[in-house]
Amino acid sequence: MDIIVENLTKKYGTQKAVDNISFKVKTGEVLGFLGPNGAGKTTTMKAITTFLLPDNGKITVGNFSIYDDSEEIKKHIGYLPENNPLYENMPVLDYLHFVANIEGVEKSKMLDKVSEVVDICGIESEKYKKISELSKGFKQRVGLAQALIHDPAVLILDEPTTGLDPNQIIEIRQLIKKIGREKTVILSSHILAEVEATCDRIMIINKGRIVADGTSHDLRKQAQGKEILKVTIEDGDINEIFEALQNLEETEMVDFIEKSSSTFEVQSKNNKSSRRAIFNLCVKKGWPLTQMTFVETKLEDVFRELTMN
Amino acid sequence: MKKIWIITKRELQAYFDSLMAYILLILFLGFSGFFTWIYGSDIFFIKQASLEVFFNIAYWTLFFFIPSLTMRLLSEENSSGTIELLLTKPVSNWQVITGKFMAALILIIIALALTLPYYITVANIGNIDNGQVFSGYLALILFSAMYISIGLFTSSVTNNQIVSYLLTLSIGIFFQVIFLMLSSNFPGLLGRTLSYLAVNTHFESMIRGVVDSRDLIYFFIFIFLGLVLSETMLIKKRYA
Repeated sequence: MDIIVENLTKKYGTQKAVDNISFKVKTGEVLGFLGPNGAGKTTTMKAITTFLLPDNGKITVGNFSIYDDSEEIKKHIGYLPENNPLYENMPVLDYLHFVANIEGVEKSKMLDKVSEVVDICGIESEKYKKISELSKGFKQRVGLAQALIHDPAVLILDEPTTGLDPNQIIEIRQLIKKIGREKTVILSSHILAEVEATCDRIMIINKGRIVADGTSHDLRKQAQGKEILKVTIEDGDINEIFEALQNLEETEMVDFIEKSSSTFEVQSKNNKSSRRAIFNLCVKKGWPLTQMTFVETKLEDVFRELTMN
Repeated sequence: MKKIWIITKRELQAYFDSLMAYILLILFLGFSGFFTWIYGSDIFFIKQASLEVFFNIAYWTLFFFIPSLTMRLLSEENSSGTIELLLTKPVSNWQVITGKFMAALILIIIALALTLPYYITVANIGNIDNGQVFSGYLALILFSAMYISIGLFTSSVTNNQIVSYLLTLSIGIFFQVIFLMLSSNFPGLLGRTLSYLAVNTHFESMIRGVVDSRDLIYFFIFIFLGLVLSETMLIKKRYA
């Protein structure tokens, strides 16, 4: 199901949490919401799941409008809210059965669906325990399981990997990637690497507005106007090398990365490349050039640039 | 209908799992039994084959116990955030409200059913008026339903269970005591209105064996009012 958001605006009191946002998500697409805390990611998600009514704007899921057909929309959405709220006193299996019932899963398919989702989310060993007895990682998986149990066309996951350890994060990521193939998924995160690894498309939101939208490749290209190199030049006086590098015509900025190993970061001017010049310099001075690699603009830097003001 | 039952079942399970149900049953039956059979103006003291003593005791035990049942119904969902999950499931506000209401009511009905031995005992030692017993229990159920409905409403406005409990008592005390007290100070229409608003007026009449439509309407109005106000609070959440 496609999700179309048009001119979404939501204020909390006088504070504009979401400011006239518009975007589309196609079936089978995994969209990542990236943004600082308070950017408006959760509010946007709550509006799509019909929990919050916007002050302004239109949202359609499939062909259903959140205003007129919210009951219908709810049937097709699996939602994992921020902080993963759960009924702590219920055993896992009972909870999943409850959700399956509420979602309208047919009685005849209920046992199969529950065991299927227990299997997919890897909670087989914990299924008889009370939810309060589970570790955070397993609670997160239960939250994911309840979002999947009715096989919805749309998944809205708000920070699905908060608080998980690195192993669990990788597993959940793989899980999301696998599920995401036939469903429309929106997930939000602060962890850039995760959004990059799991999502087809990334949208950066800041102060209620979209500040970037594209694949991670697109976003990097946008920000990478300048070539940045990491070079190790040996056998010379560090400060002499530093100065020599700075004096090259193509370089704009030179920085020490590690003085002990004589490693520098060299940033070239716009649309210029310093690689040949550095090589020639080393040949002229007799300094062995033992390392020259590209430093890719980290997504972190793109993020910082777009969201720090 | 089915969705309402799913919610009712879950809430009932929660009551029993948390031992809340058992504690309530034991305390309610304990108090009722003690003051009906052993202490004070008990049945043997009054020397009449009637359960009026029990009904009047229950008038107060239910007044204090019901808010403790209802206080978590919505405030816990509010404080833990599960309300957000519940309301994004394909279930309507009304089904949620009714489901929770029914769970508390069923628990009270179980508690009342467990007092049937009182009836059997008195029926065996005296000439009991069965019609009066029937309308007395009906009064207790309607009375309970009304306070459950008020308690559900106070639970919907807060995320703090204690606040909910106290609010229910605060609202309840008007119906339970204050309206009646005031009505004797005011003559004419105001006095009559206050008297009609007091729950005791209708309760007394029913435990005497009189089932009057005015009394039934009274209870249904306030049961309905509480449920509608609770639903309004749920709707307000969506506008945050």
